[in-house]
Amino acid sequence: MHDGQISMCCVSRMAVDGGHRDGGCDWDGRWNHVRKFLERPGPFTHPDFEPSTETCKILVIGAGGLGCELLKNLALSGFRLIHVVDMDIIDVSNLNRQFLFRPKDVGRPKAEVAADFINSRIPGCKVVPHFKKIQDLDESFYRQFHIIVCGLDSIIARRWMNGMLISLLSYEDGVLDPSSIIPLIDGGVEGFKGNTRVILPGMTACIDCTLELYPPQINFPMCTIASMPRLPEHCIEYARILQWPKEKPFGVTCLDGDNPQHIQWVFERSQERAAEFNITGVTYRLTQGVVKRIIPAVASTNAVIAAACATEVFKIATSAYIPLNNYLVFNDVDGLYTYTFEAERKENCSACSQVPQDLQFPPSAKLQEILEYLTENASLQMKSPAITTTLEGKNKTLYLQSVKSIEERTRPNLCKTLKELGLSDGQELAVADVTTPQTVLFKLNFTA
Amino acid sequence: MAATKASKEQKYDRQLRLWGDHGQEALENAHICLINATATGTEILKNLVLPGIGAFTIVDGHTVTGEDVGNNFFLSNNSIGKNRAQAATELLQELNSDVSGNFVEESPDKLLDNDPEFFHRFTIVIGVQLPESTCLRLGSVLWNASVPFLVCKTYGLLGYMRLVVQEHTVIESHPDNALEDLRLDQPFAEFQNHVKSYDLDSMDKKDHSHTPWIIIVAKYLEKWFSEHNCRLPKNYKEKEAFRQFIREGILKNENGVPEDEENFEEAIKNVNTALNLTKIPSTVEDLFNSEQCNSITSQSPSFWVMLRAVKEFVHNEGNGSLPVRGTIPDMIADSQKFINLQNVYREKALQDAAAVSKHVECLLQSVGKPPESIAEKDIKLFCKNASFLRVVRCRSLAEEYSVDSVNKDEITSCMDNPDSEMVFYLMLRAVDRFYQQHSRYPGVYNYQVEEDISKLKLSVNSLLQEYSFNVNIKDDYIHEFCRYGAAEPHTVSAFLGGSAAQEAIKIISHQFVPFNNTFIYNAMSQTSATLQL
Repeated sequence: MHDGQISMCCVSRMAVDGGHRDGGCDWDGRWNHVRKFLERPGPFTHPDFEPSTETCKILVIGAGGLGCELLKNLALSGFRLIHVVDMDIIDVSNLNRQFLFRPKDVGRPKAEVAADFINSRIPGCKVVPHFKKIQDLDESFYRQFHIIVCGLDSIIARRWMNGMLISLLSYEDGVLDPSSIIPLIDGGVEGFKGNTRVILPGMTACIDCTLELYPPQINFPMCTIASMPRLPEHCIEYARILQWPKEKPFGVTCLDGDNPQHIQWVFERSQERAAEFNITGVTYRLTQGVVKRIIPAVASTNAVIAAACATEVFKIATSAYIPLNNYLVFNDVDGLYTYTFEAERKENCSACSQVPQDLQFPPSAKLQEILEYLTENASLQMKSPAITTTLEGKNKTLYLQSVKSIEERTRPNLCKTLKELGLSDGQELAVADVTTPQTVLFKLNFTA
Repeated sequence: MAATKASKEQKYDRQLRLWGDHGQEALENAHICLINATATGTEILKNLVLPGIGAFTIVDGHTVTGEDVGNNFFLSNNSIGKNRAQAATELLQELNSDVSGNFVEESPDKLLDNDPEFFHRFTIVIGVQLPESTCLRLGSVLWNASVPFLVCKTYGLLGYMRLVVQEHTVIESHPDNALEDLRLDQPFAEFQNHVKSYDLDSMDKKDHSHTPWIIIVAKYLEKWFSEHNCRLPKNYKEKEAFRQFIREGILKNENGVPEDEENFEEAIKNVNTALNLTKIPSTVEDLFNSEQCNSITSQSPSFWVMLRAVKEFVHNEGNGSLPVRGTIPDMIADSQKFINLQNVYREKALQDAAAVSKHVECLLQSVGKPPESIAEKDIKLFCKNASFLRVVRCRSLAEEYSVDSVNKDEITSCMDNPDSEMVFYLMLRAVDRFYQQHSRYPGVYNYQVEEDISKLKLSVNSLLQEYSFNVNIKDDYIHEFCRYGAAEPHTVSAFLGGSAAQEAIKIISHQFVPFNNTFIYNAMSQTSATLQL
């Protein structure tokens, strides 16, 4: 990404409100710390730096560990119009780091409590909460923001957000219109590790361009769980995956990881299983960790990563400095380690390259093989793809998992060959999946 | 009481998975002192209050100004005119009712004048935005009292941290990528006996395919030994041949086609690391050779007594090796075979730990201390982590600042690249010098920015001259530092807040390894460096 390109971005004229406009709730000296960066030119500032007084509308995705920190950071950097989206309610285990919440708030929506706290602690800042899933909001919602910053705990959600911003891009005669770009700052944490990245959709590497950086989650093989356990984790998965659906304790089909009774049940069954095989190490804490796929978390890592993200939001909103280009990795297990590099765009990225993806299969291949490719390929990692195509001018669903009746109807297609299904060389398949708001186009390329 | 304990377990669950109940206990017994409740200070403290430190005391003589409130989440405009320590304590205390917050409305300089021993009670002292003179005075008091000192500063877009601790021992360093301790190059007797109980050639297919890869490698190593004069596969060629040797052991069906034996594939894949020589890491060898290890007295901390005991073990029962760690990675195998193999390693580890315990007892007796002074479980934990022991020793501030002992080499070699993070260290030192001379920082008011550039340049030159640093500092940096006007932007304070808090937690819990000894964060480029000064 060249310096010149960022100046083409619409955001180059936008800025944090340096305290000149709504003087009503500002006191003497309030923005002294910020103003030195908005009002003074310097040798390292961006070539296009010009102080500006327009206000910038920021969207924060997630009001959890990163989200609480982001809201505070943005508010204290002078941003006044902030929206926050989070579909979760507050849990006791959030309180060790999600500092906008108190024990009395447990059970309430995170977005709402966070907004209330910031609005009352930082006069003049208006945080608007949305107690919703990101998928419940549409194009017109996302379009109104100048910068979007994510503090998510799910790769699927990140990819969806990534896909949404890519879908907002407009091209004229194949040339990207810079005013349709909404910069995306993405932060992630896990224990003592974290990363921050700056994504300019359509211009720099997107989430899907670097999907290999997120290796797929490893699940234990079923035969190990079913007949050859060796670790306490295997015993816990046995209770969760095999015993629970069979015995349906509490008359309930769904295992709720947040229900202590459910975890206790799994814990006790796991202990029995472990005893059978002389395996030690099953504890309540381990049981809960395995069932809920808990990722350890502390306040400090969230603070560092959210700070780095907010610094980038400030830089981009004010053009005060050249933004991070484009990926920062942080680890403080042994001393403190940071590493900054430029993640590269993938030429044939399934999300941002606008190039239909290539599917190379022989006509004798079964549809099942394509399904497996879509889910297992490291660059695609789809969760439950729905495949449709156009045959004889009509839209045909080849396979769809998420609706029971359609799944049953289309299941026999999995065993049929591509030829039997009437597909031809060069046929376009449209694939929908939770990892993207737009369908991804694939082109069948028959091999021998 | 039980209800509080259960709810604390729930609240702290996510962090207990990182440092365990014993780490949490250390935190809850800690009393932290923060000097100066600026944005950086309160951000650091927030990240310590949330995880549940026992107590904090803020020392701050300043009165809250409008500027203070603008970048600090823990001050409100109601606090303007109040003492800053008191105002910040209220809002920080509110974060976690398990924590006890205190404040002292006094400047650290006054306390150093009247009651320097005030600082002796703390587990760690964190000094924020301190002028050089105060820093050095405090540094000297804390060094002599062996109280860890963490100096932090946010200056414009730079974050700076300096850890000052004489000797910090770490048993649980939790390394990211630890090598397994399998001893395949020098198998202990019990392991050899266990391997003997397997006869790969006479096993049925099911057993053959579910034999742990460690057994497979051990078996084939035995054969290799007998054919290669008791020498391990050494170079790439030999290791390749060894891998092939194992591959030939894969069962074949009636058509001579090799069966699918994942355990054999695992063995082949692991040959490289399995053949690593069992060695005492150089970090541990260095510790064995240190003064503290070789002169055990009744004052010796238990870390050194245990280390000495391990050294004795290495020279006796261990035959040159550390106590066996006792863990093995998961691998394809049936339950019984895996558990039996795991138990062989576990029992050996217990045996070795018991031998180390005997040495601990002897050492304690020799200095007139009861054997119970060091608990069995601590010795076991020590043995399990024997390969990962770390000791961090930081130079004192006096050493860093003295012309005689300044780390000139490090500074000049880093400055071969005039844009390295070292330039920021030098600029911060220059800015301190400016403050000493002018009783203010450069460029605080707009009208000062231009005229202070030449004044700051004088400070820079005086610094370089005093220490005879033959380096060049670009004018751009001097200009930039005037531009900063000693601003403390919130996002840089927050970055430092997270970084410093975690280093403090490492010091308190003795888990994970602290940095040594200077950390610089550059928010302009989102880069950082650790320097040893």
